[in-house]
Amino acid sequence: MPLTLHDYLLVSGLLFAVGFTGVLVRRNILVIYMCLEIMLNAANLALVAFSRFRPAADGMPDYHGQVLVFFIITVAAAEVAVGLAIIVALYRARNTTQINEINRLQY
Amino acid sequence: MTITLFWFFSFLMLAFAIVVVVQRNPVSSAMALVVSFIALAALFVSLDAFFIGVIQVLVYAGAVMVLFLFIIMLLDIKAEQRRVISPAALAGGLIVIFGFVGTFTQMLAGFAPAGATAPTLPHVIEDVKRVGILLFTEYNLPLQIVGTLLLVSTIGVIVLSKRELK
Repeated sequence: MPLTLHDYLLVSGLLFAVGFTGVLVRRNILVIYMCLEIMLNAANLALVAFSRFRPAADGMPDYHGQVLVFFIITVAAAEVAVGLAIIVALYRARNTTQINEINRLQY
Repeated sequence: MTITLFWFFSFLMLAFAIVVVVQRNPVSSAMALVVSFIALAALFVSLDAFFIGVIQVLVYAGAVMVLFLFIIMLLDIKAEQRRVISPAALAGGLIVIFGFVGTFTQMLAGFAPAGATAPTLPHVIEDVKRVGILLFTEYNLPLQIVGTLLLVSTIGVIVLSKRELK
């Protein structure tokens, strides 16, 4: 039985669910950040699968989907840089990365 | 052969993503995430998206994860202690996750285009060329906006990393 779009979307959804679980259950803000990256990558997998399985008029994969993935990866890289800088600033102020110890808006 | 490889890399990716979630030590989480991203790059290659697969390895498994490891080592984070999990929180979490997976699989079962198999490609893959042409013609303005975003985020990181935030 050949691979269908269903298989890729299922794997992508499961990967998203794993990332989602991580964001919900973990207390370490760095690991929560890694799980956010997992969720972004699950979306990327779905986009590339759609681009391959729903071809454009000339029969080639729909490269618009891959361009969107390119933009997502670029924005995610920028987001990681800024987010980690915020985490470092937070660690300097509070000396912790556990989110249950970061419970005040003003310091 | 392709099918075997697809399931192999899918299970590798999902297994190491689960390791990221359950591992108590952030360094182990980061290393597992690298393996997961490389398996995902293999899935991209199986979808004939060679360019995306390469930038997945370069940007994610390379740059982003090095940044993560660098920050973990800079902050000198220890492994988390084992904590008591309250049954109510566990039940709530399981309901949310299985609710999500259940809704997703059900939606996927009723999604007609999902049965599509990969169409055979009429000629050779030249995805770098195709993506490049799209980026510099149709997506030229978004490309420039993303470039500005990268510049702004670089400046933002420098401002945030200053010792004294005034």
